Amino acid sequence: MRDPKRECDDDPMNIHEYQAREIFARHGIPVPEAEVAVTAEEAAAAADRFGGAVVVKAQVHAGGRGKAGGVKLAATAAEARDSAEAILGMEIKGIEVRRVLVAPAEDIASEAYVGIVLDRARQADTVMVSSEGGVDIEEVAATMPEAIRKVAVDPRYGLFAHQAAGLGHHLYDDPGAARQAASIIAKLYKTYRTSGATLAEINPMIVNPAGEVKAIDAKMNIDDNALFRLPGVAALRDTEAENPAEVRAREAELSYIQLDGNVGCCVNGAGLAMATMDLVKYYGGEPANFLDIGGSSNPDKVVAALELITEDPNVNSILFNIFGGITRCDDVANGIVEATSRMELGVPITIRLTGTNEEEGVAILAAQGFEAMVDMDRAVETAVHRAGSRTGGEPGDGGG
Amino acid sequence: MGIFIGDDTKLVVQGITGRDGSFHTRQMMEYGTRVVAGVTPGKGGRTFDDAVPVFDTVEEAVSEAGANTSVIYVPARFAADAVFEAADAGIALIVCITEGVPVGDMLRVLPYVREKGARLIGPNCPGLIVPGRCKVGILPGQIVREGPVGIVSRSGTLTYEVIFQLTRAGLGQSACVGIGGDPLIGTDFVDCLAAFEADPETEAVAVIGEIGGTDEQVAAAYVSREMSKPVVGFIAGQTAPPGRRMGHAGAIISGSEGTAEEKIRAFERHGIGVARRPADLVGLLGRRRQ
Repeated sequence: MRDPKRECDDDPMNIHEYQAREIFARHGIPVPEAEVAVTAEEAAAAADRFGGAVVVKAQVHAGGRGKAGGVKLAATAAEARDSAEAILGMEIKGIEVRRVLVAPAEDIASEAYVGIVLDRARQADTVMVSSEGGVDIEEVAATMPEAIRKVAVDPRYGLFAHQAAGLGHHLYDDPGAARQAASIIAKLYKTYRTSGATLAEINPMIVNPAGEVKAIDAKMNIDDNALFRLPGVAALRDTEAENPAEVRAREAELSYIQLDGNVGCCVNGAGLAMATMDLVKYYGGEPANFLDIGGSSNPDKVVAALELITEDPNVNSILFNIFGGITRCDDVANGIVEATSRMELGVPITIRLTGTNEEEGVAILAAQGFEAMVDMDRAVETAVHRAGSRTGGEPGDGGG
Repeated sequence: MGIFIGDDTKLVVQGITGRDGSFHTRQMMEYGTRVVAGVTPGKGGRTFDDAVPVFDTVEEAVSEAGANTSVIYVPARFAADAVFEAADAGIALIVCITEGVPVGDMLRVLPYVREKGARLIGPNCPGLIVPGRCKVGILPGQIVREGPVGIVSRSGTLTYEVIFQLTRAGLGQSACVGIGGDPLIGTDFVDCLAAFEADPETEAVAVIGEIGGTDEQVAAAYVSREMSKPVVGFIAGQTAPPGRRMGHAGAIISGSEGTAEEKIRAFERHGIGVARRPADLVGLLGRRRQ
């Protein structure tokens, strides 16, 4: 069976568990009470208020936090303080933990999974449930696909009551639990649709010894293209939990992803940006980033892009690959000239310019002593060579 | 002959008075496309560049100017409604250039367009061009040249790059279609491959794919099952890290099927020659057409 989430996770805006819990609770999904703490003392105080055992959970935008030691059970308030002390400040997949969620430990009779994702191939939202809760759905899909049940939702009518009921009965033999689960699934779908989500997950959904069905965990991803009409959701973005360079890129309307290589790439268009990275690799180099300056003709964007690239200490060669369409070559050239007059690049720059207003762009660059190439392969090869000769050369030898 | 557009195309531009809409309307007219109408609500009754009547609604553009094709340049928040309006008015081909359309909007748009019997290309796409005849969208007219190669691509500027390299090598194009980089799009690779197979002027096809989704795999299976014409391909994103979205909303790897490697394997398994670099498409097409 295919990975059920493979084609759905297509947006970069994550929200924290505690935020998703609040949204779920607002839509009537039974979510046990919990508190957010930013210090160990706050965590201890929360545990004290709840009384009894609590769970302390790291609030980060990264999967696998349990395996990383970011989820701990604490029997007393003192233990909760120690757990929070250990978790706060730890790094999970390169992201520092700044908050923990403290929630009363639940008695669990059974755990299930409920998720809603966009299925690209079927062009429909798909609700998935599995009686194997508490583990990654990807793992269940690989090992026991028969445990997963899926239904596609017709976007014109939404999730039918009978579909939610059928999924509830798939999960539980007990009619009471099945009814509660159906109600949670219907509410989760409504939450998903009205929040601009591309993913909503409850993992695990539990039944306690009293027969109550509850959502113990909450996860949501949001389509950032939908945020313009959802200011309440947009306000949940936690920029402190993201890569600072990528946050600044987004503010400058650039699409930027930092990688590990040393050839800094600045390209117009996402497909061409990816193909440029691939070509860097083909010629023996490693790309330092994905960077798409988009289709606009704004020299300021080029300046912002060059700032981002030069701030990455790994970059020792910069490559521009511009195929002018909506983007005009003269605007890009002006941006390069302006940026280099304001700051010292400190590393060689290789420029490929072709398309709209190519001649004007080349002339602007030539007046400032920059050479521009027309051929993409030649430019990439040159940039890779310049990166290599800088890492390979002795300090002070001009690098050829 | 080309595919989807040609001499019979009578175009209405939705958003003709906007910055992008007006610029590209002039470019399309210069290329020879018959732009019969423009639509901007509230600006009906004007004439664009002393040549094109502007209407308040697409319905009027159809009834009064005979439009059969629409191109959409309106902002993302209005794009879904613009598609609904065009489909409602009986437009047969709707090309949505707009980028950043919420995926939830497209979920409702796609079944509606299908019910109305219309074809949607895009959103978030550069449109299409039949060299020497007609262009709808933003593909630069000066880089194409008439010839036997059909091009279909999920990208914008990467498509220009491929066209540019083919043209420089003397390989002209029968039609170039950018289907868009979003997770939900109206026209997929298979729709275009079927049209190229049926088009007598197309002798070979280049498929430009990228990471994310499984459309390339579906296309590869279609090629080996249904196509007699040679097909070659390129996949962008071979160095993309998993789990990160690479600009296009559809370009993310989550699970092994979305990777470039998996797509390249699918192409090879189904007899599609795969170029490691865009430049290698030239040699592959040259050999396959023998």
